[in-house]
Amino acid sequence: MSVLVFVEGLNGEIKKSSLEAASYGSQVAQQLGATATAVAIGEVHEEALTKLGEQGIEKVLYDEDSRLNSFVADAYVKVIAKAAQQESSKVLVFSNSNIGASIGAKLAVRLNGSLATNVTTLPNTDGGSFVVTRGVFSGKAFADVALTADVKIIAVKKNSFDVTHNAGATATVEKLSADLADADFAAAPKETVMQETDGVLLPEAEVVVSGGRGLKGPENWHLIEDLANALGAATACSKPVSDMDWRPHHEHVGQTGITVSPNLYIAVGISGAIQHLAGVNSSKVIVVINKDPEAPFFKAADYGIVGDAFEVVPKLIEAAKALDK
Amino acid sequence: MKILVCISNVPDTTSKINFTADNKAFDKNGVQFVINPWDEYALTRAIELKEAKGGTVTVLNVGEADTEPNIRKALAIGADDAIRVNANPTDAFFVAQQIAAIAKENNYDMILMGKESIDYNGSQVHNMVGEILGIPAVVPAFKLDLVDDSTARLEREVEGGKEVVEVKLPFVASAQQPMSEPRIPNMRGIMTARTKPLNVVEPVGAEAKAEYVNYSKPEKKGGVKMIDPENAGELITLLRNEAKVL
Repeated sequence: MSVLVFVEGLNGEIKKSSLEAASYGSQVAQQLGATATAVAIGEVHEEALTKLGEQGIEKVLYDEDSRLNSFVADAYVKVIAKAAQQESSKVLVFSNSNIGASIGAKLAVRLNGSLATNVTTLPNTDGGSFVVTRGVFSGKAFADVALTADVKIIAVKKNSFDVTHNAGATATVEKLSADLADADFAAAPKETVMQETDGVLLPEAEVVVSGGRGLKGPENWHLIEDLANALGAATACSKPVSDMDWRPHHEHVGQTGITVSPNLYIAVGISGAIQHLAGVNSSKVIVVINKDPEAPFFKAADYGIVGDAFEVVPKLIEAAKALDK
Repeated sequence: MKILVCISNVPDTTSKINFTADNKAFDKNGVQFVINPWDEYALTRAIELKEAKGGTVTVLNVGEADTEPNIRKALAIGADDAIRVNANPTDAFFVAQQIAAIAKENNYDMILMGKESIDYNGSQVHNMVGEILGIPAVVPAFKLDLVDDSTARLEREVEGGKEVVEVKLPFVASAQQPMSEPRIPNMRGIMTARTKPLNVVEPVGAEAKAEYVNYSKPEKKGGVKMIDPENAGELITLLRNEAKVL
């Protein structure tokens, strides 16, 4: 039996969130006295697959079918189900991405398994139980969930686990073919449009610079962008900002937008409504810059500056540019 | 066009979340419940499609009798009828089985719901329903249009971009903004909602596969360190040397 980890590729490399999932999976394998196997799909460099050994993966099953380069749930599920069967896997690990959570849910039905998404801890396996902690109430609480079915499927919350590096360790790569038919690609996307950005993707970002109404208008967003560029950060915004179309919806962070958990979240001109806090409160360090000293966000912050964004942010940009990388 | 919209009954987004003294259950005391905000995008889009093309919108909730005020609200917003599966929604798998059982009896052209519920944030039910019924699930979609009577065109978010997907009816989709602009019920809607059918059915046998055993809240922050705005650059030094996040 082995713990099976699904890893997602991006431009030929393995996504950071998948390296976290791989590290998680091999720790679960150690707990259970099993080995960790990864399954990879689509366009990934062979070198990147071999390197998964550094995260404790012993073997990688790789399906190089080029039709899998874009995400098609039914086809992905078939490949992973085949890998799970081949490896007699009872524990399957994903990153809690759109793709990971989608496949996890389908596999839970197909394999009659228990599924927990948004997981933030390793399992407690005392006395044959299998209990994980997951984020609930949009970041306002955690719940311990017992997975009771024979097969356990876990989608690991991003940036909740450190990527382990056992330098020099390598994984063996084996080809896998799930004999996919055209019907498995019936719901394939007609068209994929990626954002034109040379910046960092928000869901994968370790540092996020976020702007609110305090910026006064979209024409002032260069402040947020320049600070983000200087810090190698992604940009985000509050709900009113996306509602007013100053910024696109996919940048809206909060209870009804996306939840982020970067190492550093810098909020500029955001007062900190409870719905916004829910989306960011698992960030490791929170910085709040607001001219209102009574802004509720300061209560949730680690560092704060009471001041005008238009005066404070340029100073931060200058200091950030002076940092040696 | 027959559309099924699945709604959850969740604590209002402004709610402070508390648990019972033994931390075994969510404390509903003093909490206002609303239609899950993500589900509202699905509901209003369904009503818009009905208004444009004709048909019916049925609302489905798996919940106990205390969810009925929000089911009536969905009817007031413009759904035609409602079904409540009389059960405590213990986990996603259980709920998905209930939705699939109703869908099998009724030949809906599309099954819509929010991309996740803001209480349990599982983001599981839509894909599970699609898998049980053997139909595509397009998750999470922010645009939904009909190409013709048998095909829908959706746009969904993927990390770093979007995908355009065309699927044959029937299908499942989960909604997020800006799929539609949620509506507030008007007085006429509220009056007619009182007499619209709300059918209560018993659940089909299905076992939950995840059991919630304990709850906790995040640790409180240790307090905020304030920095003089005149020396704002000092913040960057602290973030590197003290917090070690740069």
